Amino acid sequence: MDEIARERIIELYKNPLNFGTIPDADYTAELRNSACGDIIRIYLQVKNNKIIDAKFEGEGCAISMASASLLTDFLKGKTPEEVRNLDKDDIQKILGMDLSRNPSRLRCALLPLETAKKALAGSK
Amino acid sequence: MDVEKIRNDFPILKRKINGKKLIYLDNGATSQKPIQVIDAVSNFYKKNNANIHRGIHILSEESTLMYDDSRNKVSRFIHSKNPEEIIFTRNATESINLVMYSWGKENISRGDKIVISEMEHHSNLIPWVVLAKEKGATLEYLELDKEGLIKEGELEKIKGAKFVSVVHVSNVTGVINDVEKICRTASEEGAVSLVDASQSAPHMKVDIQSIGCDFLAFTGHKMLAPTGIGVLYGKKEILDSMNPFLFGGEMVVEAHKYDMRWNSVPYKFEAGTPNISGAVGLGSAVDYLEQIGMENIRAHEKKLVSYALEKLGAVNGISIIGPQDSSRRSGIITFEVKGVHPHDVASILSEEGICLRSGYHCAQPLHESMGLQPTTRASFYIYNTEEEIDFLIENLVKVKKIFGV
Ligand SMILES: Cc1ncc(COP(=O)(O)O)c(C=O)c1O
Repeated sequence: MDEIARERIIELYKNPLNFGTIPDADYTAELRNSACGDIIRIYLQVKNNKIIDAKFEGEGCAISMASASLLTDFLKGKTPEEVRNLDKDDIQKILGMDLSRNPSRLRCALLPLETAKKALAGSK
Repeated sequence: MDVEKIRNDFPILKRKINGKKLIYLDNGATSQKPIQVIDAVSNFYKKNNANIHRGIHILSEESTLMYDDSRNKVSRFIHSKNPEEIIFTRNATESINLVMYSWGKENISRGDKIVISEMEHHSNLIPWVVLAKEKGATLEYLELDKEGLIKEGELEKIKGAKFVSVVHVSNVTGVINDVEKICRTASEEGAVSLVDASQSAPHMKVDIQSIGCDFLAFTGHKMLAPTGIGVLYGKKEILDSMNPFLFGGEMVVEAHKYDMRWNSVPYKFEAGTPNISGAVGLGSAVDYLEQIGMENIRAHEKKLVSYALEKLGAVNGISIIGPQDSSRRSGIITFEVKGVHPHDVASILSEEGICLRSGYHCAQPLHESMGLQPTTRASFYIYNTEEEIDFLIENLVKVKKIFGV
């Protein structure tokens, strides 16, 4: 990992974006990575088929926390359909990191996206 | 014990990571392999390879002898009286499952008591949780104190138990359990006992005669052997009374259209073509370990862990899990770095060439009962040195700096 990417990730780990709850969220879900104990809960507010607000809570490593921060930012303005189509390449772009040779770190990075997809798959 | 000479036997230790020396401290997960074991496996394929027990041509005879010879070596290694008591499996997990399927399903019924400890690896936990659920049996846990030792008086729970299964050495805290006492108590209660020796057999003398267990399971890849070969020791009388758990070739002496007769032990439990080259590799690993001497290995690791307890314990913001007394623990040291997730610790150290493990180490109940978050683990073996521990600590201090903690 290069210095700049690392500093940015650690900065987000210490000062996450969109950290908190949305009390009357339309969609919410929680996922855990049982191997390492990471836990993410995502809250989404949807209006006219567009995500208007996204927040998260949880505990985990710097990568999973940074990924959750940047993903919740990215989700605002997207349609649920667009979120369902996001994949691991998109997450690496959003994070600004290539994790193709770090399969376990990739799992950490993907946890927030999987949680968001699970939330949207649930009933409103 | 000549560590420099030992290090020279391990080709992988010459590898550089980002131009830095490889420091392998993940021996609890799997060990590296000496050239002697690599050559034994490779020579087997170059010179002897054939299927065993079923050909009378020269290669088959040679392969059969080599496979049986490994069984004899393993039998001697753990002081079993009879090589027929040694069953080759894929790994410790399969060994424990064999006991669960072949012994457990036949002998455990509603209301029976199974006793395990809170420090079990998932491979000696999940099979018993599943069996207890299926049979309506009760599952009781030997509880841990804050150092991760089994609490005083907990062995009372073995009263009236039908089956007791405990780990010899914890893969998280490194705690060495008094398995002699546990198995003696089990035996006085008429309970059958199993010891998971996955983290002890590679590192210290394991003598099933003095332990007095009915079953003992361990795994080859943590003791210098290839992956895919494991061992189940079982007392002959019990193995004889059990039915097989996999069916097919080699495990029957007579096969008819509507009936069959089981082969004798150990063959009854080794259906299909086994991992012959893996067994050959395990035999060679046992030779290698015995040549160094298990007492010497234990002494070396005890010295390393005492050193690590002292040096690591002196770093601000690092707390060590488990007992301080190195005579109660193996060469495993698990710790928390305050304010840094273990994944980030392992990932930054990896860039420095240091291999460590982070997470729950397949022992989630232990973390829960000791009130722990995921942790970072360094685990030592014959080729590790005090200088490597110094380098580890130097880099842990760097990690703290990067995270500003
Ligand atoms: C204490 C203990 N038991 C069992 C196992 C399982 O070994 P394997 O995965 O080779 O079956 C391990 C290793 O991960 C272990 O540390």
